[in-house]
Amino acid sequence: MTRKHRLLLFLIGAIGAGFVYCAGAGNMPPWTQYRGPYGDVIAGLAVFQRHATDTVNAITYDYRGFDTLGEEFMLFSAVTGVMLLLRPEKDEKDASAKEPRNPASFRDRAALSETVQVFTTAVFGLWVLFGIYIGTHGQLTPGGGFQGGVIIAAAPMLLYIAENTDAFRRIVSHPFVELLEGFGAAAYALIGLAALAVGVPFLTNILPLGTTGNVFSSGTIALISACVGIEVTAAFTLVIFEYLREILSREKNQED
Amino acid sequence: MMILGTGLLTLIAVSAFIIVRTDDVTNQLLGLGFYGLLFALMFFVFQAPDVALSQITVGAIALPLMIMLAITRMKHREAVNRAGKKRS
Repeated sequence: MTRKHRLLLFLIGAIGAGFVYCAGAGNMPPWTQYRGPYGDVIAGLAVFQRHATDTVNAITYDYRGFDTLGEEFMLFSAVTGVMLLLRPEKDEKDASAKEPRNPASFRDRAALSETVQVFTTAVFGLWVLFGIYIGTHGQLTPGGGFQGGVIIAAAPMLLYIAENTDAFRRIVSHPFVELLEGFGAAAYALIGLAALAVGVPFLTNILPLGTTGNVFSSGTIALISACVGIEVTAAFTLVIFEYLREILSREKNQED
Repeated sequence: MMILGTGLLTLIAVSAFIIVRTDDVTNQLLGLGFYGLLFALMFFVFQAPDVALSQITVGAIALPLMIMLAITRMKHREAVNRAGKKRS
């Protein structure tokens, strides 16, 4: 197949795809116009039915909470897969057992700029606080467990950028983080099962709804959001840690 | 509003094309972070602040960082393989 033939084939395909695209785009709703009843119905009902002012979170953690449960376990199994793939082999494990006693062994070679260090260290506490704020106010304002969780998970990465791998490792390399991940995922399912135990369908909002606009309102929405936050924080931290450990152990093997 | 939205969408398309055409992987990753931020801005303009928040953290921080770590890992493996071949 020569270049000429390939170009001809591409042109035929491009014209065909362009035609189909234009035909499809012609039927699109007008700019920023929403058609379809579901969004309007939910937007009108969510505040009264669930006492949650952020409709998006009312939908994700309540109206379609079962889908979100599936998404959460998707993340859970993805992280488990990464951890399984990157698990230390036997001789590497022996080496990692000695690590805590000799923390200087992994000092990063490149010296960091002091400006980066000072500002990142200063921002660390605020960063975690902001993550907690976003995670716990999901039912009131845009945000929620997933967003807050990822923001908190970025905090150890900040520390890794500002200090060194050891500082990062001191925060993350505990079985506690793995436990947190399991706890977050399990708590979501357990909240759903609690509804079954009371005698209503899975993941029904059984807690008292509280006053609209309060942090402690909207029943299980806030609770599930917090659990998702814990799970996401632990999951992202674990993935980054596994990658870093893999790289570092290889670096060390090369030096030996 | 329409001009802002159209401009952003055009910018996203242009930056996506530039990222694809970039040869160096590190530059490509930096571009990817910028692309993630543009996406977050687009979600915000189209009135989806929830999605914008997660897009900022996932698209601009987590995704480039993970790809960066994966690439570093691959480079190490290549270096180790090369060293092993020389020795044997």
